[in-house]
Amino acid sequence: MSMFGFNFRSRKAKSAQTAKDRLQILLAHERGTEGSGSGPDYLPLLQRDILAAIKKHVHVEGDAVDIRMEREDDISSIEINIDLLKQAARAD
Amino acid sequence: MSKVIVVTSGKGGVGKTTSAAAISAGLAKQGHKTVVIDFDVGLRNLDMIMGCERRVVFDFINVIQGDAKLKQALIKDRRLENLSVLPTSQTRDKDALTREGVGKVLDELREEFDYIVCDSPAGIERGAQLAMYYADEAVLVTNPEVSSVRDSDRMLGLLNSKTRRAEEDGAEPINAHLLLTRFDPKRSGDGEMMTVEDVLEILAIPLLGVIPESPAVLRASNEGVPVVMGDKSRAATAYEEAVARLTGEQIEIRIEGEDRPGFFQRIFGRTA
Ligand SMILES: Nc1ncnc2c1ncn2[C@@H]1O[C@H](COP(=O)(O)OP(=O)(O)O)[C@@H](O)[C@H]1O
Ligand SMILES: [Mg+2]
Repeated sequence: MSMFGFNFRSRKAKSAQTAKDRLQILLAHERGTEGSGSGPDYLPLLQRDILAAIKKHVHVEGDAVDIRMEREDDISSIEINIDLLKQAARAD
Repeated sequence: MSKVIVVTSGKGGVGKTTSAAAISAGLAKQGHKTVVIDFDVGLRNLDMIMGCERRVVFDFINVIQGDAKLKQALIKDRRLENLSVLPTSQTRDKDALTREGVGKVLDELREEFDYIVCDSPAGIERGAQLAMYYADEAVLVTNPEVSSVRDSDRMLGLLNSKTRRAEEDGAEPINAHLLLTRFDPKRSGDGEMMTVEDVLEILAIPLLGVIPESPAVLRASNEGVPVVMGDKSRAATAYEEAVARLTGEQIEIRIEGEDRPGFFQRIFGRTA
């Protein structure tokens, strides 16, 4: 109850609400992916393809592509980092 | 030399994951480079307790199967720079973990981290045995309750027989410590719950700490903030002291509500 604009149990209520929000976001992504791994199924393949595409033009190491992901309420973002230092170090 | 620490118990729901999260965060807070690994394949939970569940892309199994590099699966904590999490797979087949694969990943982690904390699944099967196989130290999470103490005794047997240190000639045995969790001093004082001394007498291993039953633990899991990273609480202090003992500091074991000075010191001194 927060009729007066505050809540005596706000502390507890807050952390429980946080728990619920976190679960809803997580489970929305997780449901229906039974049998697959952690991220979406396509991520390892996407990584492989990106690496193959880059290799057509420059020499990069197998671990030069790094994919990170952040799941949010209504959007998820994928961040792809390509380590070009490794490319610079190749035999010229 | 880096150390592999398994957090194990046999029984489920006693506080392994809570403890693995708190201990790894505590070690990182002290400045040690620390990684915590979820060995509970199929029932990933450590990521939620660590608050990094939205950032999992690759996992332990992907690394073992060669689908991802280790550094791609490691999630760096955003609050503590010395802390990383290696999540497990949510749904993949448990047989994906192999002793050889785990060994390789641990060897690679040893190059970068001072402490590698392994959060074991419950039970005595494959998953739990793999989590302990390469350990140098074990934290035996136990509640002051008959089935938990019995299971811990069982795990002690496995630690002393089914691990690399047990199998290798001339290797020092695994250093096992007791972490008594969900302890209620009042109920123990009233004779409703076994005392710390009772449990120590039965298991006869050094006491790492006594974690009180505390509402801060649920709050921490709700928020995805390991209990030692949140507001000061009795559980947080107890975990921080346990971590200090794990790194070799001699700190007296104190329990709020217990006023028998010297009593726990005696226990600690005798068993440590
Ligand atoms: N000291 C404690 N005080 C209160 N609740 C606790 C404490 N330790 C663990 N719990 C609760 O017990 C439950 C099981 O803990 P968890 O760490 O997941 O155990 P395990 O990994 O051994 O299955 C969780 O709900 C957790 O919040
Ligand atoms: Mg657990």
